[in-house]
Amino acid sequence: MTPVLPEGLPAPAPAPDGLDRPYWEAARRHRLVAQRCNACGAWQWSPEWICHACHSFEVGWADVPGPGRIFSWQRVWHPVHPALVGAVPYVVLLVELPGAGGIRMIGNRVGDPKAKVEIGAEVEPVFEDHGDYTLVQWRTP
Amino acid sequence: MSARSLRGRVAVAGIGESEYWKRGEAKEPEFVLGLRAILAACADAGIDPRHVDGFASYSNDRNEPSRFAAALDCRELRFSNMQWGGGGGGGSAAVANGAAAIAAGLADVVVVYRALAQGQFGRFGSGARRERVSGEPALWLPYGLMSPAQMFAMRAMRLMHEHGIRQEAFRAVALASYKHAQTNPRAVMYGRPLTAEAYDASRWITEPFHLYDCCLENDGAAALVLVSAERARDRRHPPVYLLGAAAGSERRAGAGSHNNPDYATASFKTVAPRLYDMAGVKPSDVDVVQSYENFTGGVVMSLIEHGFFGYDDANEFCTLENFSAPDGRLPLNTSGGNLAECYMHGLELQLEAVRQVRGTSTAQVPGARVALVGSGPMVTPVSDMILGSEDTL
Repeated sequence: MTPVLPEGLPAPAPAPDGLDRPYWEAARRHRLVAQRCNACGAWQWSPEWICHACHSFEVGWADVPGPGRIFSWQRVWHPVHPALVGAVPYVVLLVELPGAGGIRMIGNRVGDPKAKVEIGAEVEPVFEDHGDYTLVQWRTP
Repeated sequence: MSARSLRGRVAVAGIGESEYWKRGEAKEPEFVLGLRAILAACADAGIDPRHVDGFASYSNDRNEPSRFAAALDCRELRFSNMQWGGGGGGGSAAVANGAAAIAAGLADVVVVYRALAQGQFGRFGSGARRERVSGEPALWLPYGLMSPAQMFAMRAMRLMHEHGIRQEAFRAVALASYKHAQTNPRAVMYGRPLTAEAYDASRWITEPFHLYDCCLENDGAAALVLVSAERARDRRHPPVYLLGAAAGSERRAGAGSHNNPDYATASFKTVAPRLYDMAGVKPSDVDVVQSYENFTGGVVMSLIEHGFFGYDDANEFCTLENFSAPDGRLPLNTSGGNLAECYMHGLELQLEAVRQVRGTSTAQVPGARVALVGSGPMVTPVSDMILGSEDTL
């Protein structure tokens, strides 16, 4: 698929401390994972070293069961980065994942950026491959 | 009065600011702007700058107290404080921290300051220019979520969705700031009024924020001088007392990637009750409000969380008429604030609250005795404070 946004934006790289490496590696294999505590089962996003629910340091990773729901959104018209000139408008979504404890993830909506966006609408992840990384975007099923 | 309260123990003796400039147009370096604001505040207080023994700031101000103290030959430095947190969330907390130091005997004369020259040090609103990004920002920068407006737009959108709050409520905040700037010669937007039609026709920055929903970016500095209530008497101006202050945020407000459990919040839901409790006042006692406008939607959230109106009547309450000095129901941002006076990271709002209680604002609310300032909605931590005149003690 054509990427939602052009090349030239900051590209993600796993943090040197290793905290988010499983997420980026799974995205590369077109799987969406999030942190899930091995001790108590609580979901958590974004990645942290400790489970906020039970304080276990044994925080693991699990596949996120779909679908997601649009929790909030914005349509960006002002390009704040040189790579975005000519790429506006675009839609940024905040997606709630009810199957994963209601954690929220950020991505772009795939498709017509001027189409109506409805909070509460179902969306599913789409894996957008770039040179050496993969972004997680969202589309209407 | 409980010993664990700041109510009436510390007062603002002086206020001052540098000239306010458009972003990048200041004729002097940031540190010099800071010096000018501090000297102006000391002169206003009638206090020799050499007697300043404490400094408090916020938002990672680049100008260190030790450098100010050396440059001004302060006799002794006793208190050097920085409130954690970015944005303008620390504006009232810096005042509270300075006041707490005085009340606890750690210092006698504390300057609260903020200096900001983006021409010298670069802009806030321009996206990250790195080729690679890792950690938390890797979860949003590659998706084109990179500016302050973009970081807060989805909270405002969710507020509108959950409570049916309309764009016109945001517009009223912008119109009030621009209206009040027209009587304030310090204001960057002095002589540049804004109409509802011009607001509606202005371009989107990111929905739901039009151009005029977003704060300015400016160069300048502001400062105020705090002393004990006893020292504040017999000064050039009647003392303006700190009645209360609070800071903080709700549970897990700092959860990453927009995962704070209560999303559409300005972060004042736990802070505002503590503020009113210390100050011993109710929302209906407040004569005038200065509420930090990073973005207008955050102001609407702040005013609701401070109890001035509810979610259900926000659309009816948020009108230019209600927000206008001198006789609106809730005169708001009477200097023009971050939208139209100067984006001094909100500290200009503290100065304006002092002017209102003194009776010297350019958009004065007649007889104003109690002024509330809310600093930095939608960030964590936020802070707020209430000032009062002698007869509120």
